[in-house]
Amino acid sequence: MADVKQPVERPLSPHLQIYRPQMTAISSILSRITGNALIVGVVLAVWWLLAAASGPNYFAYVNAVATSWFGDLVFALSLLAVWYHYLAGLRHLWFDAGKGLEVETAELLGWGCIIGSVVLTAITIVLI
Amino acid sequence: MVQFTLPKNSKIRVGKTWPKPDGQNVRMFSIYRWNPDDGKNPQVDTYFVDMDTCGPMILDALIKIKTEIDPTLTFRRSCREGICGSCAMNIDGINTLACIYGMDEVKGDVKIYPLPHMPVIKDLIPDLNHFYAQHASIMPWLETKTNRPGKEWKQSIEDRKKLDGLYECVMCASCSTSCPSYWWNGDRYLGPAALLHAYRWIVDSRDEATGERLDDLEDPFKLYRCHTIMNCAKTCPKGLNPARAIAHIKKMLVDRTV
Repeated sequence: MADVKQPVERPLSPHLQIYRPQMTAISSILSRITGNALIVGVVLAVWWLLAAASGPNYFAYVNAVATSWFGDLVFALSLLAVWYHYLAGLRHLWFDAGKGLEVETAELLGWGCIIGSVVLTAITIVLI
Repeated sequence: MVQFTLPKNSKIRVGKTWPKPDGQNVRMFSIYRWNPDDGKNPQVDTYFVDMDTCGPMILDALIKIKTEIDPTLTFRRSCREGICGSCAMNIDGINTLACIYGMDEVKGDVKIYPLPHMPVIKDLIPDLNHFYAQHASIMPWLETKTNRPGKEWKQSIEDRKKLDGLYECVMCASCSTSCPSYWWNGDRYLGPAALLHAYRWIVDSRDEATGERLDDLEDPFKLYRCHTIMNCAKTCPKGLNPARAIAHIKKMLVDRTV
């Protein structure tokens, strides 16, 4: 048994590094990303409300941040995220009903979520 | 568990570039190599194949490389017509069978890797033991309780039709290894292939263990790690749709409780 070799640790084959991005996968991960990114918008909004409750001086400071270009950007992106997350959620309901799961339909629904969220965000910004 | 980067022993190095033959119609192949005997990390070797003297499929090029350029290149293949499922690998960024994927379907250089996120035995050969064990765990056979009929278990034409799009699976593992959920939780999530097979027996009108089969799948990991990412359906070389099969299992689990 002199030439019995130590077992070699097998490498893991590459995955994310080499897999071509797929439309359905991107629209799926975007739903998770938007859901998590919304935390930023919520934190800013809650900070704003807390400041309003704590007094005029502090509110003036936070209000300046929340209504600055930075605040506008965060809230505009949050709006986009809300719309995307909402549409993707509807798509998920449809999937859970066992429908729309043909590859072409699913890709179309994914584009629907992306384009739909941009259009709805634009409409919302115009309206408010 | 989610881990975006490769472990240290799996990082890929630049490998050897093999000599380029003369010819007008030469194509470049970048192929993943790992030798268990030399103690080195995996590498990507570059080969050049004269298309004028090569068959039309990716597998033809691999066999030509092995025969004429580098006999150490290692890969599985058998039937060369898409029915055995042996030559599943990642070609041009998607998982498919090398024998039925045409060279003309790839633009530019041809990049070939083993099926993603699997332990590599050598070169393009992944270790599929766990994948097969998961398939065995869903009881891929007819389970009956009533007495065996005199001749055969009969099935109406309509019921038989329910198996179309399911029975054709050749267990090549392209779908499961294309699934990010299976990458991160493959130890406990059964993955698209095993679940498609599970559904194939659940909807079989002759099977009498439907309840037990559904009980076994009612698990946060075995079934519910499917997030309808749908890489499985998109990549299946046989054009099947595991995502739909999984959605139907989920629906059956809801339907039986309401």
